[in-house]
Amino acid sequence: MSSSDTVAAAAVDETDTARNVLEVEGLTRRFGGLVAVNEVTFSVQQGTILGLIGPNGAGKSTLFSMVAGEQQPSEGVIRFDGRVVTGWSAHQAAAAGVGRTFQLMRVFGSMTVMENLVTAAHLRHRGTRAARRVAEQVCEELGLADIAYHQADSLTAASKKRLEMGRALATEPKLLLLDEVLSGLTPTEAHEATEIVRGINNRGVTIVMVEHVMEVVMSLCRHLVVLDFGQKIFEGTPDVAVHDEAVLEAYLGS
Amino acid sequence: MATMEDQTSAPVGVATAPARAPFPYRRMFLLAAVAVLLVAYPSLFPSGFAQNVGVNALTFAVAATGWNLLGGFTGQVSFGHAVFFGAGMYTTALFVMNGMSPWLSMLPAAVIAAGFGLLIGLPCFRLRGHYFSIATIAVGEIALTVAIDRSWVGGSEGLTLPLLDESLWNLQFSLRDLTQYYYVILGIFAVVTLVSFLFVRGKAGRYVRAIRDDDRAAAAIGVPVRRYKLIAVALSGAITAWAGSFQVMHALFVDPPSALDLAVSIQIALIAVFGGAGSLWGPLLGGWSIIFIQSYTSVHWASPGRPIDLLIYGALITVIAVVEPSGLVGLLRRARRFVNRRFSVRGTATPATPVTVVGDGS
Repeated sequence: MSSSDTVAAAAVDETDTARNVLEVEGLTRRFGGLVAVNEVTFSVQQGTILGLIGPNGAGKSTLFSMVAGEQQPSEGVIRFDGRVVTGWSAHQAAAAGVGRTFQLMRVFGSMTVMENLVTAAHLRHRGTRAARRVAEQVCEELGLADIAYHQADSLTAASKKRLEMGRALATEPKLLLLDEVLSGLTPTEAHEATEIVRGINNRGVTIVMVEHVMEVVMSLCRHLVVLDFGQKIFEGTPDVAVHDEAVLEAYLGS
Repeated sequence: MATMEDQTSAPVGVATAPARAPFPYRRMFLLAAVAVLLVAYPSLFPSGFAQNVGVNALTFAVAATGWNLLGGFTGQVSFGHAVFFGAGMYTTALFVMNGMSPWLSMLPAAVIAAGFGLLIGLPCFRLRGHYFSIATIAVGEIALTVAIDRSWVGGSEGLTLPLLDESLWNLQFSLRDLTQYYYVILGIFAVVTLVSFLFVRGKAGRYVRAIRDDDRAAAAIGVPVRRYKLIAVALSGAITAWAGSFQVMHALFVDPPSALDLAVSIQIALIAVFGGAGSLWGPLLGGWSIIFIQSYTSVHWASPGRPIDLLIYGALITVIAVVEPSGLVGLLRRARRFVNRRFSVRGTATPATPVTVVGDGS
């Protein structure tokens, strides 16, 4: 199934390099004297999964927030789908096709799971019926059907994380930003979630994921960007990363 | 597609959930019953006291319906709705004093109030939560001061409306029998409740509830948060203004304290919250109960300072805050759940069958 997607994607490409959905250039964010993100540059190819890793406080979430339009960069350029979008707002980012989850779950607590999804689906579908159809599809795909009419507040952490992914998916994004959707889950839940992420990617959605669980990163991502103290210290494949001295130092200390 | 099908069967194998919410027969029945009661009320309770309670309850139910759109559904708690109520009272008063029908003033009153709403919202929506609420108190106080100061709205003496021929067009009837006033305000209440219903049930309603639950998450799914807050405050103001328009025709008088005092704002908010913020039934329930308590205590336990009803207010607010934050509607829902469990009336009536639910708050 993924082969047809890849063929289609390759056919669209006219240049020799694959098309980049997201390009980040010299992105910097300062909070007073603190530089949370320092001149970070990388790009994400259409249809891939990029892993964004680094120790706590490395600036991963700040980087996410800037791409998702929640925070404005101090310097640098963000290009989405070939268009410069630096400094856009969160709802503009969503409308352009950036879906995201939050590290600390932010479901719409007073609504049911289904209502959460329908609300998100309204981004591309004005009418309730059409939005509902999308929501039902997402429900099936993410295995949320049996809790569809439960109130979101009452869900377990694992279900909330799944709902967050579903809600982002219901906006029909081109790029999905996943902020630690696998941490804090039991091994079984984590395995299920990994398969869900893979399934979403197989449909052609490009993914950038912040993650701590290395096994997952190794199995899902073909490309890694490692941040430490706001700076990019590594970019490349996971198997090279685990032997890279700078990466080891950042994680294990010198 | 193999991986995706795995996903659907992967989670715990529980009985399949209903594909869609069942048709709300019970709700339709309830709606019809309440409508019949409201229409029959003047015949059932013809006393002057009961008529007064009815007219005032519905007037404030209309005002609270406006408040509820912003405070209940959108989660922006306002203590400045007297501004909109007052805008309605003054606009209609000025129209009638210039020889026009009060009905013609309803549209401009709504537009002016919506405009005030936008003016208030533009700066105040920069604030969140309690800070927004405090800012709305300040706005109300400003409006009060300005109205006292400006002579073209009558200054501190207010405006007295001329007595006209009794007719529906003039919205003046015999004050000895309030039945006609009652049906006019009942009609207005029906209209604004329908408007609220239409607003709340679709995309706009879901968007404002998303903002109430979590505005950052709302923005992340593409909700233009600021725009929807402004839409909510404009519509909210317009509806509350209609309550003011009617109020001034019933009282035939408006002055700054009766239109713009903080007490008016609190009354409107209290009625919505007591009845049930974020529920379309809330303002109706709150309006009848609060106005009844207020009228009853002021008639039967009247004293110069009228402290009794204030005492009761305070007690009510405390009880609501501690026992049931979703007001009378919440209490009734709880009672229904209890009855359902006890007598297992349609065992699956409550959608949240506790399969993985840890605690549903009861």
